Amino acid sequence: MSTVPSVTEPRRSRTSRVGGSAAAPPRRPLSLVLPFDPVLALATLGICACSLVTLHTVSARGLPDGYYMKRQAIYFAVGLLFAAVLTRIDYSRLRELKYGFYGFIILSVVAVKFAGNDALGARRAIQLPFFSFQASELGKILLVVALAGFLVDRARALHAPSTTVRLLALAGVPAGLVMIQPDLGSSMVYGAIVLALLFIAGIPGRYFAAMGACFAILITGVVVVAPMAGVTVLHSYQTNRLTAFLHPNDNNSDIAYQQTQSRVAIGSGEKTGRGDRATQTSYNFLPEHHTDFIFSVVGERWGFMGAALVLSLYSLLIWRGLRALTVAKNLYGALIAGGITAMLLFQVFINVGMTVGIMPITGIPLPLMSYGGSSVITTFLAIGLLQSVYAQGRASTAGKGRVLGF
Amino acid sequence: MIDPVSPDHRPPVSPQLALRVAALGVVACVLFAVIFFRLWYLQVLSGDQYLAQAQTNKVRVEPLPAPRGAIVDRDGEPIVENRLAIVVKLKPESLPVSEKKAAALYGDAVIARSKRAKGRQGPPIVIPATPPDLQGRFARLSRTLQVKTRDIQSFVIRGLFLAGYAPVTIKTDVSEDVRTYIAERQDEFPGVSVETTFLRQYPDRTLAAQLLGTASQISPDELKTKEFEGVPAGSIVGQSGIERTYDQYLRGRDGKERLLVDAQGNPRGEGVTVPPKPGSDLQLTLSLKLQRAGQTAYGNVAGPNPGAFVALDPRNGDVLAMGSFPTFDPNVLVGNISQKKYDAIFNQGTTPQFNRVIGAHYATGSTFKPITAIAALESGKITTTEKIDDTGCIKIGIQQRCNAKHEVFGPVDMQNAIRVSSDIYFYTLGERTNAGPDAPHGGPIQAVARRFGFEHTTGIDLPGEAKGLVPDPAWRTRVGQEETACRRKKHIPDNASGPAAAAGGCGISDRRPWSIGDNVSLSIGQGDLQATPLQVAVAYAGIAEGGRVPTPRLGAAVLDDKGLPLQKLPPSGARRVKLDPSYRDTIMAGLHDAASAPGGTSTAVFAGWNQSRFPIYGKTGTAQVAAQPNDQSWYVAYSYDGPDHKRPIVVAVTVENGGFGAAKAAPIACRILKAWFGKGANVGATCVPGSNASL
Repeated sequence: MSTVPSVTEPRRSRTSRVGGSAAAPPRRPLSLVLPFDPVLALATLGICACSLVTLHTVSARGLPDGYYMKRQAIYFAVGLLFAAVLTRIDYSRLRELKYGFYGFIILSVVAVKFAGNDALGARRAIQLPFFSFQASELGKILLVVALAGFLVDRARALHAPSTTVRLLALAGVPAGLVMIQPDLGSSMVYGAIVLALLFIAGIPGRYFAAMGACFAILITGVVVVAPMAGVTVLHSYQTNRLTAFLHPNDNNSDIAYQQTQSRVAIGSGEKTGRGDRATQTSYNFLPEHHTDFIFSVVGERWGFMGAALVLSLYSLLIWRGLRALTVAKNLYGALIAGGITAMLLFQVFINVGMTVGIMPITGIPLPLMSYGGSSVITTFLAIGLLQSVYAQGRASTAGKGRVLGF
Repeated sequence: MIDPVSPDHRPPVSPQLALRVAALGVVACVLFAVIFFRLWYLQVLSGDQYLAQAQTNKVRVEPLPAPRGAIVDRDGEPIVENRLAIVVKLKPESLPVSEKKAAALYGDAVIARSKRAKGRQGPPIVIPATPPDLQGRFARLSRTLQVKTRDIQSFVIRGLFLAGYAPVTIKTDVSEDVRTYIAERQDEFPGVSVETTFLRQYPDRTLAAQLLGTASQISPDELKTKEFEGVPAGSIVGQSGIERTYDQYLRGRDGKERLLVDAQGNPRGEGVTVPPKPGSDLQLTLSLKLQRAGQTAYGNVAGPNPGAFVALDPRNGDVLAMGSFPTFDPNVLVGNISQKKYDAIFNQGTTPQFNRVIGAHYATGSTFKPITAIAALESGKITTTEKIDDTGCIKIGIQQRCNAKHEVFGPVDMQNAIRVSSDIYFYTLGERTNAGPDAPHGGPIQAVARRFGFEHTTGIDLPGEAKGLVPDPAWRTRVGQEETACRRKKHIPDNASGPAAAAGGCGISDRRPWSIGDNVSLSIGQGDLQATPLQVAVAYAGIAEGGRVPTPRLGAAVLDDKGLPLQKLPPSGARRVKLDPSYRDTIMAGLHDAASAPGGTSTAVFAGWNQSRFPIYGKTGTAQVAAQPNDQSWYVAYSYDGPDHKRPIVVAVTVENGGFGAAKAAPIACRILKAWFGKGANVGATCVPGSNASL
């Protein structure tokens, strides 16, 4: 809170011009400024509560009752601690560590490839004593912090194509490494993060158009040209998985099994849910309903009302993320807030979209709802950073009655 | 003014940034709106349809596995435990017909091979190659589970052959990540199920491996037997050892979880759940401490030589320790083991799974002499005080027989004959007690041997006990006839009997009639006598207890879930047989001298032993075995603590190819006894092989 006295002076004129009535008595700074955003905190805790209530109904064969709920509660407690610490520190200092963070992403992802749990075609995690550490999850938040740092360094050259290319390359390396784990979902999140950062930083619109064109060519190449040329980039079952959601009724026996079951689960919840009479998720018609498909449990048990409540909490979270973006005291903070908000929005949309059958199955967890230590801790780190951006921004404008857009 | 893009000094919201934030906000709104509308469509507009679909989902019955009971030792220390494991299985329904046909053909070939005589079975049956339509599936499983495709095919073929209805276990102990990976990709892994189940765990690894036995999925043949009446298919049942004998207690009953749906598709009440009923724990009479000491002692003294030891409480037959060597770690049999690995452990000609204590037929050597002594005394062919002059060698019939090491003991009475293990003395008894042609079932030696349990199973609560053989004239005649019949069948010229003809015959017998030499050999536990180490221990328990021959047992009690006895398994009882107390006393005195008096066969091994408090009654044995370069080493000992005869114990040890009794078996028995009485009992003996090693 004590880091920004120097910037208060030049802003006085502006804030008084934009600000409210000059007749208002001068506010006392400290009584006004909470050291964090209470709405953001409440939304986070609300989602956590929803997660625990949902996991309470999920039991797994051979595991004691409430196994997932208890473990998730522990992850929440640990995550909350991290978030509280991050809230209190000045995120701007993290910029100095961007090389370290970036190097750590690459190293940990490579380490997982070599030292990760073997006996698995996909190596995504390193087994630690208490939980398996999923490097690609932590990589999401580290990537935001590192890329935002790189972008700030080149803030004067945003219009140079080299900035965009460099950023894309920096994000492409970890995204590629994660994709060959294979963890397609996380690499997509990395892509969303870098695009959001570039957008917030304000690169020219034509660069986005160019990126879109390149992407279209690439997709065409992989899907149409490569098979014709006899090169297998995607195995047929991978293509099937990705496209199954487009025609759910064609092949609901095997390929789209999970998505069909998920849709049936959510649909059967109707307006108010089936409560304890829920069958789809209670009797394991839908596998993995404690992780990636937890939204189906909410939809079936508590119906549209429950699903809407959870979604509302997420929209609250996104709104407060965007608000943190606007109050940020500097570009670095704005980029971090924007990157995090985009990361959360992307994950929520893809995950929920997957459970309601409008997005392919990609293995992206629902932040804070899905059971899993790596994802929970990463999301809490993100929330903590958002709080830090917010708190720092508020502190720098505290007592000056600055009016914010929303 | 401050630079607008300087990292630390940026005016709050520039119009451009505001625009971009607004754009981001619009995107968020659109995305949320899409999801809300989709939810509205699914849950409110088409909810009825999906609810109907959910309710017509087929009945789903999921087994809830029940753990088998644990097995603990007499002090409650666990010998066999359970652990949770994630197991990957392949459902047979998902396999093509070609694979099932291949499995059936393989099964027929294996059965045909097993019916052929040993030695002429031909090469092992080769697992058929993976059919092309399965190669992709197996390759994917292979990559995910890190199991060779060849092994997967082998598991599937053997699994289909053994229990065609049951899912085939491909890999046990996979990680939670693999479970998630497969569960999320059901379309890539058709028919693959990942289950959490209970597996056996043996914390002490090789300890008492053979007697514990194994438990595995019930086979279709077993399902039809009376023993397993009412056991559902797919249950894990005991296949051998203790697991088999006490299966009804150890076996739990799997629970079921299911959703009942009526014809209209409405759920009839909630999911019906039958909770799993765990199996009861079983307490054995075994003492893990003694078992560990025994196995360590055996390993240190006998090295890799095959053999066995057993320790009994002579009063009630409680088995305190039982070890068979070579041994193995039953943990490797839990779950799946590739044929290659299995062969490397179990098919090396050493049969580690074979429990030699109850199943091996051995000549007992001089440990048989007390039986001969009782027989001669009872039949009046000798008295306890009559001396026979041991001149070192004796000629009986056509054969000249001598003491081992060509020792000469001079005139010895019975007590001294046992002390020094005089062969000449017992040869003489064998000569005197030979049965005439009118006694097909032999003379007094055969009768007494059978009375003390030879040629009968001891009745221990383990499957697979061997009976042994006490040779007599009737047996000689019978095997002679079998040989004749066999030769006729195989058109082998029926020429003269004798060793020369035996080589060209069926190998059952040389067809010579019973001779006095047979009885003389039997008198010192040689010749055709065959007995298990357990039979020898039981016979000594019977002598030590004055004619009360106990039935050995391993099961002590069935425990409830708190570890308290739910049901004590009663001792299986004992037979009371005739034994004159004065004969017993003479024999016991001889046995005590043999382990403690100067010139005793095992005195040197027990040098320093506190004989006044823990008197040792021990007999060495050295049996000649045609196939072994060295003799088979034997030792049987009886001892107890103090004048009140507390904690009595009988120990029998045998080491194949081990040499003299005092060289290998006696030191092992000494160490077992030392472990039994403990350090506090002030037992001071080094238990090293005596230099005076003798018969």
